[in-house]
Amino acid sequence: MIRFNKAGKRYPGGFQALENISFHLKKGEMSFLTGHSGAGKSTLLKLISAIEPPTGGQVLVNGYDLNKIRAGKIPYFRREIGIIFQDYKLLYDRTVFDNVALPLIVSGTSFRDVGSRVRAALGKVGLSGREKASPIVLSGGEQQRVSIARAIVHHPPLLLADEPTGNLDPDLARDIMNLFSEMNQLGMTTLIASHDWGLIGRMGKRILHLEEGRLQDPDQEWQR
Amino acid sequence: MKASGPRHNYRHKPEHVVSHMEVNKTRVEGRVKTYFQRHLQVLMSCLGQLYRAPISNLLTVLVIAISLSLPALLLVALDNARSLVVGWDENAEISLFLDPSLTHSDGERLKEQLLEWRELSGVRYLSAQQSLLDFKAYSGFGEVLELLDENPLPAVIVLTPGDSAPAAVAPLLERLQQLPEVELAQLDLEWLNKIYAMMDVAERAAWVLGVLLAIAVLLIVGNTVRVSIQQRRTEIEVCKLVGGTNSFIRRPFLYMGIIQGAIGGLLAIILVSSALFLLNGPIAQLATLYQSNFELLGMGFLFSLLLLLSSMALGWFGSLFTVSYYIREIEPS
Repeated sequence: MIRFNKAGKRYPGGFQALENISFHLKKGEMSFLTGHSGAGKSTLLKLISAIEPPTGGQVLVNGYDLNKIRAGKIPYFRREIGIIFQDYKLLYDRTVFDNVALPLIVSGTSFRDVGSRVRAALGKVGLSGREKASPIVLSGGEQQRVSIARAIVHHPPLLLADEPTGNLDPDLARDIMNLFSEMNQLGMTTLIASHDWGLIGRMGKRILHLEEGRLQDPDQEWQR
Repeated sequence: MKASGPRHNYRHKPEHVVSHMEVNKTRVEGRVKTYFQRHLQVLMSCLGQLYRAPISNLLTVLVIAISLSLPALLLVALDNARSLVVGWDENAEISLFLDPSLTHSDGERLKEQLLEWRELSGVRYLSAQQSLLDFKAYSGFGEVLELLDENPLPAVIVLTPGDSAPAAVAPLLERLQQLPEVELAQLDLEWLNKIYAMMDVAERAAWVLGVLLAIAVLLIVGNTVRVSIQQRRTEIEVCKLVGGTNSFIRRPFLYMGIIQGAIGGLLAIILVSSALFLLNGPIAQLATLYQSNFELLGMGFLFSLLLLLSSMALGWFGSLFTVSYYIREIEPS
């Protein structure tokens, strides 16, 4: 699903955010991406979601070669990914329903399907009946769940999350992680960037550890 | 939180048990229907935005309306001037001054000949005697002529050309000049030509003004859309993140441009019509004073439609240029 081959990212100005990254995340796998802030977690996720192009090596995601992807193809590539952000990136002038429906709307799903799918996604994240609410009136945990509903509503084969529990208290954070694990069991390949070591450790999944832009040999050191 | 509903493999959507042809047909129909529903939805949400932010949009629409009504009014005025001059054209006459050595009957004979010409719609013979009487009556120089022994005026045949356009009259005049009995064939084309030239200048000026103001409309719509894009930056970013294509993101802004153009165009039509309505009374009075039954021409349905359509097109273009430029700038980060 995701294959990095000696990939790197150097920003204009010379800052080398990622260097010589190689790993393979298989279809259906769930994995955590850890590291201190500034270690390159966000950059790695940006490469995977075609927000930034790699400046070296090769990045293959879901059958797309992101070194060569044309700008016009990127929207279609992103329709097969669900992305979750620490700051949720919700639209506060729209209802919860409209926020969650957005990925379906952009891909031209028929109205009948939109309603049932949005309700199903909200049901999965435990927000049934909140469709008409504005995201503003929701708590942080609820907003994050809205953003998860938006990320899974179109059933993407790949789910990415950047510090999804960063702003949440431990109980809520655990709920959210369980939710990801549930999505993974439903067939979504899942990659979550987080520095919540304790929580990650308990999940018992593969861990990719970044240190100053380089991937440390992961599996032994950081896994239980 | 528990997973609700059955587990499915997310890569495969369930297929109905129908033939491929039917599946394809219903899919295409569904797509088309969805496509129109989306457009309708975008249209409605744009109208909603207009309703929610009436002031800034009203300003844009007013600028469009005024910019378009100026050249439109000029063109309508020119149209009216032309209809007036066409009326004058019909009165254009050619005077044939006959050789003074010809007798009265020679003149009458020539008149009979000319009556056969299809290019002429009217032929009137004035003998030298008649010319003298006319001159005395209308010129005010009658007493001067009293001093002369002979009548210095020749006989004249006054002709009305069937087609008074300059292009048709010139060769006719040439032919008349060739007639042996004719000393001089004269048409006072000069003043008509001057009026035509002036109207050509005015029309060109109207179009130049129109083009300049059309550019102004493009810029004002572009600016409104630019502001709107800045306000909706986050929305555009999120749309791009969930896989919205540029054309999807562009669509509401294009609709906005078209709607503003349409409202501006309608307002321009109303402005021009009101201006014409206000001018109608005084102009009718002026015409009466000149014994003319001239009536002010309105914009007409076609011209109004053209104005509305070009206004919508301008709104669309103004929006398209801006949005295409700025949409590339806004990328998720």
